[in-house]
Amino acid sequence: MILVWIENSGGQALSVSWETIGVARSLAGDAPVAAAVFGPDAAAIGEQAIARGADQAFVCDHETFTAYRVDPHASLLAELAQAHEVTTVMAGATTRGTDVLGALSVDLDAGLITDAVEASTEGDSLVAKRPVFSGKLVATVTSPAAPHLLTIRGRAFPQPEPDESRSGEVTAVDPALSEDEIPVKETGFEAASGEISLADAAIIVSGGRGVGGPEGFEPIRELAAVLGGAVGASRATVDAGWIPYEHQVGQTGKVVSPDLYIAAGISGAVQHQAGMRTSKVIVAINKDPDAPIFKLAHYGIVGDLFDYVPALSEAFKKRLT
Amino acid sequence: MRVIVCTKETPDTAAAVDVVEGKATWGDAPLVINPWDEYTVQEGINLKEQGASTVTVLALGGEDTREAIKHALAMGCDDAALIADEAFAQVDSLTVAKGLAGGVRQFDDVGLVITGKMTTDANGGALPVQLGRLLGWPTVTYVAKIQSFDVDGKSITVERLVEGGRQIVTAPLPAVISVVKEINEPGYPSFMGIRKAARAQYPTWSAADLGLDADLSAKVDWTNLEKPPVKAGDAEIISAGSVQEAAEQLADKLMEEKVI
Repeated sequence: MILVWIENSGGQALSVSWETIGVARSLAGDAPVAAAVFGPDAAAIGEQAIARGADQAFVCDHETFTAYRVDPHASLLAELAQAHEVTTVMAGATTRGTDVLGALSVDLDAGLITDAVEASTEGDSLVAKRPVFSGKLVATVTSPAAPHLLTIRGRAFPQPEPDESRSGEVTAVDPALSEDEIPVKETGFEAASGEISLADAAIIVSGGRGVGGPEGFEPIRELAAVLGGAVGASRATVDAGWIPYEHQVGQTGKVVSPDLYIAAGISGAVQHQAGMRTSKVIVAINKDPDAPIFKLAHYGIVGDLFDYVPALSEAFKKRLT
Repeated sequence: MRVIVCTKETPDTAAAVDVVEGKATWGDAPLVINPWDEYTVQEGINLKEQGASTVTVLALGGEDTREAIKHALAMGCDDAALIADEAFAQVDSLTVAKGLAGGVRQFDDVGLVITGKMTTDANGGALPVQLGRLLGWPTVTYVAKIQSFDVDGKSITVERLVEGGRQIVTAPLPAVISVVKEINEPGYPSFMGIRKAARAQYPTWSAADLGLDADLSAKVDWTNLEKPPVKAGDAEIISAGSVQEAAEQLADKLMEEKVI
């Protein structure tokens, strides 16, 4: 059995969890794929997981899962893995997915492959490819013996469409830990300000040193809003205090892989490239025709971002409304 | 109460990394302290103002790792320990975590272990939680701010930077945290600090010294390493007459690419 941890918040599964079910399906052969859903609305999300390709679901809607903590998730996954002849446990390569499978690797004394962009089986081995050295190299990582633990990079695999005709058993399970056994307590949560996060975004519009100051991100934000995308930034702009760190793309920021990446006023230092080079289509807008970003880009405009970015916003408004 | 900061060395982030005979190489570029760990080390030092008595830098690796330790000492760590053993020559993050956990257990007054959110070479990110789980201590990852560090009450309250927002959590000490860049501004090593670091004596432990005689072999191996496929050719430069015309042309092309 392959067990897939379905990350959810606000009663919704993350799209990377459905992508993970798709990968699990392709690795499982004749073996069953089971979804593990812990948290509010677990049963409903379990049904959705079956529609997306799981054969069955283990669900636990216990209050210890309402606020995320790593321990209750890892301990319950460990119990399920030991009870059901699980060969592989998988999750999305998010902050939480890395946490949960990392903790599980200790409980099962099992190898962990993180952030896979390709995965296959060879006999009893699990073989995956993952970017290392911040995307400058790709490693093939082999886990020779079960249990295997694998996290999947978001947007690297297709998302299976829901098939409502699929059916499977949804089994309620008890939590492995009581609240008294969980040392970490949540005392607050500040939701991000409604902006689309970089990790989920299909489109990212990023600004670099060329924006000139905090207000220079305004046209970037406007274009991102028109395209329904997220706002990214180079390290220089974050270090200058023009935009918060959570927008930083690159080696010491986020590594992203959107369908479209528009780099405005970004020269394209190797550290920035490491964070965005796997984007499907890259557009560069820069005054300097020799900027390294043009080597990576599919389309380029040599010119002032303050002319071209607002003009692009207008051009897309016409096409998208 | 002792705070332990963990580090290792990585190639300078500006280095052009290549593959030669299946191994990663980076030309003449220096090995430096893992960039994320400068925040780790600085946060440990900052906690001395809040009651931490000693900040110890702990690392696992070979001779190159001494450079990362020297950097941490020069920034202001009080002492250091290196875990070096052939048994750790080819390892995965779980094995590194076992080694570091063995190192942490050499001290009986540890209140907090701090790591970076990941290393810039292996990019795994699982080590902090593996280390915490092995020690049996609560682990809180991706910490952007320590709101309170209460040595007497033995608790820590932090803000975590996670998908969708900031989670504020409290955990009893001893604990393990991993930190992100937002947490502080790392200081530069001082001249005095560099001199002190160059003279520093610290223990080097083998796996046997740490009582790690169990199986330390890696559960996963890097079986191949390659450069990612490169895009062929340069960008198609849009150079229409006016700004508007160029924007219209580019918009049409991106609509055709079906990425919008």
